[in-house]
Amino acid sequence: MNSSIIAVFVLFLPFSLFGNWLSFRGDNGNGIIKEDLSPDIGLESNSSWEAKLPGRGLSSPIVVEDLVFLTASSGPKQETLHVIAFDIKSGKKAWERKFKATGRTVCHEKTCVAAPTMVSDGKVVVAQFSSNDVFCLDLKGNLKWLRGLTYDYPNAANGLGMSSSPVIAKGVLVAQVENDAESFTAGLNLKNGTTLWKKDRPRGANWTSPTVLGRGNKQQVALQSMKGIAVIDPETGKDQWLYEDGASTIPSSTVSGNTILVPSKGLTALQARGDGKSHTQLWRDNKLGPGTASPTLSGDKFYVLNKANVLTCAETKSGKIIWRTRMKGPMSGSPVSTKDHLFVFNEEGLGQVVQLGGEEGKTIRSIELNETILCSPAVSEGALYIRSDNTLWKLSD
Amino acid sequence: MKISQNPLILLTFGSLVLCQLSGQEQELLNALTKVGSKGTGNEQAVRAWPAVKKLNASSIPKLLEAMNQANDLGDNWIRSAISEIMDREGSGFPEDKILSFLKNHGNTGSSRKLAFEIIREKKPDLAKDLTPKFIDDREPSLRRLAVGDLLESARKTDESKRAKALYKKALSKGREVDQIKEARDALEKTGEKIDLQALMGFLVKWDTIGPFDNTDRKGFGKEYPPESKIDLQATYQGKNEKAKWSAFSTPDPFGMLDVNLQYGEIKEVLAYAHTTFEADSAQPAQFRIGSKNAWKLWLNGELLFARDEYHRGKTRVDQFIIDGQLKKGTNVILVKVCQNEQTQSWTKQWEFCLRVTDFSGTALHSVNSTK
Repeated sequence: MNSSIIAVFVLFLPFSLFGNWLSFRGDNGNGIIKEDLSPDIGLESNSSWEAKLPGRGLSSPIVVEDLVFLTASSGPKQETLHVIAFDIKSGKKAWERKFKATGRTVCHEKTCVAAPTMVSDGKVVVAQFSSNDVFCLDLKGNLKWLRGLTYDYPNAANGLGMSSSPVIAKGVLVAQVENDAESFTAGLNLKNGTTLWKKDRPRGANWTSPTVLGRGNKQQVALQSMKGIAVIDPETGKDQWLYEDGASTIPSSTVSGNTILVPSKGLTALQARGDGKSHTQLWRDNKLGPGTASPTLSGDKFYVLNKANVLTCAETKSGKIIWRTRMKGPMSGSPVSTKDHLFVFNEEGLGQVVQLGGEEGKTIRSIELNETILCSPAVSEGALYIRSDNTLWKLSD
Repeated sequence: MKISQNPLILLTFGSLVLCQLSGQEQELLNALTKVGSKGTGNEQAVRAWPAVKKLNASSIPKLLEAMNQANDLGDNWIRSAISEIMDREGSGFPEDKILSFLKNHGNTGSSRKLAFEIIREKKPDLAKDLTPKFIDDREPSLRRLAVGDLLESARKTDESKRAKALYKKALSKGREVDQIKEARDALEKTGEKIDLQALMGFLVKWDTIGPFDNTDRKGFGKEYPPESKIDLQATYQGKNEKAKWSAFSTPDPFGMLDVNLQYGEIKEVLAYAHTTFEADSAQPAQFRIGSKNAWKLWLNGELLFARDEYHRGKTRVDQFIIDGQLKKGTNVILVKVCQNEQTQSWTKQWEFCLRVTDFSGTALHSVNSTK
């Protein structure tokens, strides 16, 4: 391959190959770490760091280029909303923007206003909060646009707090604002924040996040609710196909190619058909129901943490269970995994590294951070990023 | 109807400020102050935004003044502009003008709070000196800081007399429930009796009628007779038997009206609570309601807000703050409070609390109130 071809190839590589981690549970929302990550990561490495954070926050970090982004909420009513960028090498704050919440900030004590994870297309970052304020900024912190979705629709709120993380598909920000009262999902133009469509959704508290299926112009978005799954066209919001057998309102679905693992009646695997308008149910197993964490993929296997903190490894194609192992819980954050290792943090701040690939799962290492951790990690260029309310850590080897 | 987030009424003199600007800057502020709900004005704001790069720290007071005429969305746009300018300008900022802006109570609470935050970031010692002066401020977030200082001093002192005096002052000056609670709890430990109902302005004397049917949660949207006419002598068909109005009051310090005490712990029902509020003048007010049940609130026959959500967390004081307009004389307040079908132990509450305040959170009392 000559150099010009290489240059063109590199130019059009997806951002993810440069070490970005663009959304909740990674670029494809399935917890897959595309690069290698050593099981020996920890605080001891010279390239590891920790940074102090304001207020509260359980959103997961994301990584774009040389910055790690996250949100926080502070003030007596968590009325101050923070979007913060840190330099991935030094851990120094690159910039911070503070806004005031225009929607409701009442939450259950365990969660907080900064619960949804940010999302990026590699050029801009978007932060959504439990108050349903949405901010789009460029990578230097310049505001591109903002919306106040509860300001617009005052009954769009959940007394326990909202946590759905938005996704970007076909240039549209898809924000699920689903609750008992005014329940909807909106498609916002990523360029200027205007509403492209607004879709009524089942009324009921819903803390799940949408997931993106397909690539490029064939992208679709799967919206999960207690009714099941609605796969929509992100440009119009119109339903493409429905799965109406019910689904969980806490753990989210996970996409593996054209297969969606849905937390429904345990776990149900749906395969999207090539026409983009229909699906086939591959299998269902009521023993594979996740607790709070969403399923994670590695190779042709997936991993589910149940309410009893048992980690199950099973085949994505068939649902066949390979092994089970008990982890130290309780767990709120979802795991992430390379082809060889799975990384997960429990609520007590204990990181656990599980060796994959064998006939049984074995925890080979622990990392003690000793602060409450409720989020999922981000991974970029051989380092793992995880946060508590007060601290953002970079863990390298 | 407006769910209140910004406690002070927006002022209009910002237009004078905009006249002093020209070209792109004026276009920018015009665009930012005209951003509306549901995305209106967003495209204009995005187009005008590059002008921020031409502004420097001397523009910050003008941006703060423009905030006076912005809604909460425009407020956030301007907040971000100021933040970008401050990042660019480093340590320089027009201290005197921002201080003067902070001291001008004609500016909105939100813009004054931001002025204070700028001072706190740049001159923390000055901010510390300023804080006690906010003790009577109409902006709750500034007042809270001064009350916080009082509570901190009370916690730290070893002199019980001084602590008591500080807690008493915090109690009388505090406007937010957590600070009031802390002062109340500390004072009650010393034997003081505190009438929180009166201090916070809870409405505690009601007439209620019910239970009406709320099977399948359908009663929330159904218009039962009390919604069209209040007749305290009338009798209506309730869920199982005739329903009639009866007096019901609560001794709860936070004004919680436990409707279960009136009708028993029953499910799929709703009730109405009626009271009057005598105002000696027409005035804007905030109606601060807390309920974990679905509810509707009317003032003088106008629906102020309705919330169709059950048992998502506990009932909290000031859970919903709703702007309304009291008229001079008798104001009629009607609350519809609904109970659903859930049977878990944490779903048995059927309750609400309501108080009326001004925009600073200071209790307004009905002139006929015995409290």
